[in-house]
Amino acid sequence: MSNISLKTEIAGIKMNSPIMTASGTFGFGEEFADFVDFNKLGASVVKGTTLKPRSGNKGVRITETPAGMLNCIGLENPGVEAFLQDILPRIKKYNCPVIVNISGNTVEEYGELAKMLDVPDVAAVELNVSCPNVKEGGIAFGVEPDSMSRVIESAKKNTNKPVIIKLSPNVTDIVMMAKAAEKAGADVISLINTLMGMAIDVNTWKPVLGNITGGLSGPAVKPVALRMVWQVRQAVKLPIIGMGGIMNATDAIEFMLAGADAVAVGTANFVQPDIINKIYDDLEKYLKEKNLTNIKQIVGKLQA
Amino acid sequence: MTLPKHELIDGKVIRHEQIGSNDVYLLDIDIFTDAEQYAAGQFVQLQVPDGEILLRRPISIADVNGTRIILIYRAIGKGTKRLTRVQCGDTVNILAPLGHGFNLDCQKPLLVGGGLGIAPLILLAKRFKGKADILMGCKNAAEMDWPVKMYDNITAENIITTDDGSMGLKGFTAQHLPDVLAKKAYDKIFVCGPEIMMKSVAEIAKQHNIACEVSLEKRMACGLGACLSCTIETTRGRQKVCKDGPVFVSQEVFFNE
Ligand SMILES: Cc1cc2nc3c(=O)[nH]c(=O)nc-3n(C[C@H](O)[C@H](O)[C@H](O)COP(=O)(O)OP(=O)(O)OC[C@H]3O[C@@H](n4cnc5c(N)ncnc54)[C@H](O)[C@@H]3O)c2cc1C
Ligand SMILES: Cc1cc2nc3c(=O)[nH]c(=O)nc-3n(C[C@H](O)[C@H](O)[C@H](O)COP(=O)(O)O)c2cc1C
Ligand code: FES
Repeated sequence: MSNISLKTEIAGIKMNSPIMTASGTFGFGEEFADFVDFNKLGASVVKGTTLKPRSGNKGVRITETPAGMLNCIGLENPGVEAFLQDILPRIKKYNCPVIVNISGNTVEEYGELAKMLDVPDVAAVELNVSCPNVKEGGIAFGVEPDSMSRVIESAKKNTNKPVIIKLSPNVTDIVMMAKAAEKAGADVISLINTLMGMAIDVNTWKPVLGNITGGLSGPAVKPVALRMVWQVRQAVKLPIIGMGGIMNATDAIEFMLAGADAVAVGTANFVQPDIINKIYDDLEKYLKEKNLTNIKQIVGKLQA
Repeated sequence: MTLPKHELIDGKVIRHEQIGSNDVYLLDIDIFTDAEQYAAGQFVQLQVPDGEILLRRPISIADVNGTRIILIYRAIGKGTKRLTRVQCGDTVNILAPLGHGFNLDCQKPLLVGGGLGIAPLILLAKRFKGKADILMGCKNAAEMDWPVKMYDNITAENIITTDDGSMGLKGFTAQHLPDVLAKKAYDKIFVCGPEIMMKSVAEIAKQHNIACEVSLEKRMACGLGACLSCTIETTRGRQKVCKDGPVFVSQEVFFNE
């Protein structure tokens, strides 16, 4: 299929395919080295990184729910210094762009993280704004346009790399958030992060998750994610990375038709650790069947 | 860091039957690859063949035979109940082998198993080629039926306890452990069972100055060390049960936090 190309580019990041991984579901990539052909992966978005190491939430951290799962990992990670010193040198050998997902307790921390990660082997930073704003009452940065905009500005000021803003779906108006992100200077929009949910054990009358609430992901969220991508596509010019319940190439194509320039695969990595290869191969087949040669030909082509 | 080689394998169900009164099933799967290379204590992530079950379920490798693996599981929830409907000849996909197994380095091993925790010790007993003893406990004689059959001829001595005294010694394994330790010069204890029981056994092992390894269970999504669903605090810092375990030296994981 030599005349068929899945290659694409987002904010100057050259990618072998539009298929990326969703932060927190692919570790640092190396955990999947037995399964994934890194030449087929557009970019590896590594796990949420914070300034200081974090041990995450106590108690049960995941549970399966109908067509999905809830998680409350609580951003366990070794911290940005350990990432730069130990992990990045180890994973750069895969020759696949590395995007670091970052979380801060304050607006300033996002800037500090962005600055520390402005190094040659990091392709971009992705801002996770679904975490609580410690200084201002603990409400997530990503549910309110002003605090989200300040986070974006803080990151932009401190790095020359593209800044990706990952939108939270737990808002009333996703379009307003996307427009605010564009105005604040974000280079790329990714969406969606997990939807807040919970599960209860009726025998013990206790919440299943240690943190009581958790983030819903998997096929259950796909229709919501797809709708949000489509709405955002109509409202902003920025490139979009679509995600939420992508389990196969058909799902990926839906997101691209709705306007996503690239897609990220999350929960599906747990179900089928070689799913990235399969989606790549099936996207090629799809293009061939449709007599297309370039994956970009389907982006935003929804006929509504 | 080199990670152990993991594989996705389509296996074929050779045998699938209820072996225990309390919803315990045995699943014998041909995986068409050398299963003898798997270590006692390693596990698989099994995909329940039903579009409705999303995540794989972790199950210990109870035994191996050429290219076949034996899994022993209890149907307790949505996934394992659905698994009982799998028929002989069906294909089941597994991710294997996962985690690190037991460290066999010792002279006189004592295995301690409680309930379903008795299952993964079968392969361990076989690897010790008859030199291990097992102290195993269940609720009652009916539940002890499959373990008695499975451990016929693979150990030096089998010591049985039941909670109600309907077979063997009455009470929990940990209650009888001091007496068992008094009789022979064991130099390592391998324990698998409910966490509370493993903690008691580990405590007794510590008092007797005997090395002890435990096999932990945590909810898992990936099984590969990526999602951090299964991390625990240890004396060596944070560890992933799926990748760094499930077998740990007891004193590294059971300490006063
Ligand atoms: C390393 C390891 C080895 C195991 N070996 C065995 C074995 O040999 N035989 C056996 O019967 N069971 C074993 N278990 C437990 C088994 O994985 C659970 O009983 C099973 O996942 C329950 O799934 P379910 O859908 O039936 O239950 P549900 O309650 O419907 O499951 C809901 C969710 O909880 C998780 N879950 C529930 N209970 C447990 C548990 N005890 N441990 C881990 N996850 C759980 C499930 O994976 C699922 O994500 C093992 C667990 C681990 C971690
Ligand atoms: C276990 C787990 C951990 C996650 N960790 C992060 C994280 O650290 N940062 C982040 O921005 N999103 C995180 N996410 C959200 C995913 O990146 C993704 O946005 C979401 O799961 C939707 O995609 P999916 O349905 O394909 O999984 C996590 C999701 C899961 C399931
Ligand atoms: S199950 Fe994913 S890290 Fe252990």
